[in-house]
Amino acid sequence: MDVKSTPSYLYWLFCQFELITCSYLMEPWEKVLFYSFNLAMLGLLLYTTYVCLAFHASSAFQLLCSFLENPRENALSVVK
Amino acid sequence: MVLFCIHVLCTVQERELLINHIVHNGGLYKRPFNEAFEETPMLVAVLTYVGYGVLTLFGYLRDFMRQWKIEKCQNATEREEQKDFVPLYQDFENFYNRNLYMRIRDSWNRPICSVPGAKVDMMERVSHDYNWTFTYTGRVIKDIINMGSYNYLGFAQKTGACQEAAAKVLSQYGAGVCSTRQEMGNLDKHEELEKLVARFLGVESAMAYGMGFATNSMNIPALVGKGCLILSDELNHASLVLGARLSGATIRIFKHNIISGADMQSLEKLLKDAIVHGQPRTRRPWKKILILVEGIYSMEGSIVRLPEVIALKKKYKSYLYLDEAHSIGALGPSGRGVVDYFGLNPEDVDVMMGTFTKSFGAAGGYIGGKKELIDYLRTYSHSAAYATSMSPPVVEQIITSVKCIMGEDGTTIGRARVQQLAENTRYFRRRLKEMGFIIYGNEDSPVVPLMLYMPAKIGAFGREMLKRNIGVVVVGFPATPIIESRARFCLSAAHTKEMLDTALKEINEVGDLLQLKYSRRRLVPLLDRPFDETTYEETED
Repeated sequence: MDVKSTPSYLYWLFCQFELITCSYLMEPWEKVLFYSFNLAMLGLLLYTTYVCLAFHASSAFQLLCSFLENPRENALSVVK
Repeated sequence: MVLFCIHVLCTVQERELLINHIVHNGGLYKRPFNEAFEETPMLVAVLTYVGYGVLTLFGYLRDFMRQWKIEKCQNATEREEQKDFVPLYQDFENFYNRNLYMRIRDSWNRPICSVPGAKVDMMERVSHDYNWTFTYTGRVIKDIINMGSYNYLGFAQKTGACQEAAAKVLSQYGAGVCSTRQEMGNLDKHEELEKLVARFLGVESAMAYGMGFATNSMNIPALVGKGCLILSDELNHASLVLGARLSGATIRIFKHNIISGADMQSLEKLLKDAIVHGQPRTRRPWKKILILVEGIYSMEGSIVRLPEVIALKKKYKSYLYLDEAHSIGALGPSGRGVVDYFGLNPEDVDVMMGTFTKSFGAAGGYIGGKKELIDYLRTYSHSAAYATSMSPPVVEQIITSVKCIMGEDGTTIGRARVQQLAENTRYFRRRLKEMGFIIYGNEDSPVVPLMLYMPAKIGAFGREMLKRNIGVVVVGFPATPIIESRARFCLSAAHTKEMLDTALKEINEVGDLLQLKYSRRRLVPLLDRPFDETTYEETED
């Protein structure tokens, strides 16, 4: 098995995933169930990451902008 | 990302790499004792539990479906009328059997159809319903390199001096004996065999039985009873455990191969406590203390620390029962077992037990010791009184192979085989360690366990090796602890270097394919012994 080329390397990674989570041993319908559960969880994770990151990123960007626009006023308000 | 973690995050400490050096004055060990059990990498252990967790969840799902008749139930269940009684199949063993063992069952019970020598023929079988039933395709897979048979000295042959002698005796005596030893089953062949075995072992007298398992389980009850104490190693074989339980004596377990030292569960501590405190309620002294150990432990590949055990036995005046099932013929410069390997006196071991199944290519077991002991066993052993005695061709096979090992048949075949086995062992173990697998056990033991850990890899390893024409034995729960599943290679003097090289090449390939190279210790090749910081302290020869 040629490990260097990317498609077969990805296939080899997928085989390792199958071996570690024992989906190598499952019957086809069990595999379908397991992979769909995994993909659903992964999708949820990505969506939550996207939403959280977007929110935090936008609020951090706003804070940064307010610091840059009015440096002195903000400095006085921070000292008080 | 997971694989990146495997390569970076796992921290492994050596649990024990004990090298006892050659000490010049009054040392117990005359040669270095190299035994290592590398600790399980943390990430591998976690992933193994993840795998078992997933399989357990799916097991519950399948059990649910079987109970609600969504899926056809193919395993054994109670009848409808018995459903209200105590459930029979709900314990963990049966759950494991239904849901985990069945998925990888095709790696076991493979039917072979030739003599189990260095190469073996196997009948091909397929399963159309995921291992619940098997059908034979009719094809025979020829010349599979046999790394699973206990054929240490290569006496499992269909040609040669042993086979000719056995065929001659078969035509003279027939195959059946039709009686027990004490009635009409005591042939002159048995007497000849027993005298020969006693001479081979260096003991006064010996007795042979038809079955190795029965030798242990039926003779320990004859030797000890209530009021006696049995100290047995935690990894002893089922036959020893069964014999100890049947005897009715008190059983105490000591940690595997921890003989002396400050450990709370070492043999020395247990012996001291036994002598000081006596029997549990009455505080009377124990009638007998019997220590049960094995020569080579077949699941770990470790050798017993016999010099220390004998030193302790003499100090505390107890008895030693040594089970040399795997070590007789396989260890020692002249093939006489673990006593010969350490250079000790066979008369120090009170009961020397062994089997003829492994190194002699036959079946059965023996017990050797003092004449009074063996005469007692001839009268009082259950095996002598009730079990059929050994079949004559089998006896002749043993006689011929023992004479061959001792060199009394006029050739040097026996000696050459013992040396070939030692060479094969060292070479195979060294090469596997260089490749990066975790190998358990002593450097000199011909039993080589290679750690697999994850349940899917047990099935995958067995199947991939068979695809490449190599037959291996893989072992999982309940023979081993649940996360420490392994593949066990049994080396043979019949394996040539080319066969070993082929096998090693395939194991390397499968190891890369399945990511089995967990070891964090990299050996420097070209050195004959493991390179470690303590190597510098070893004395010069």
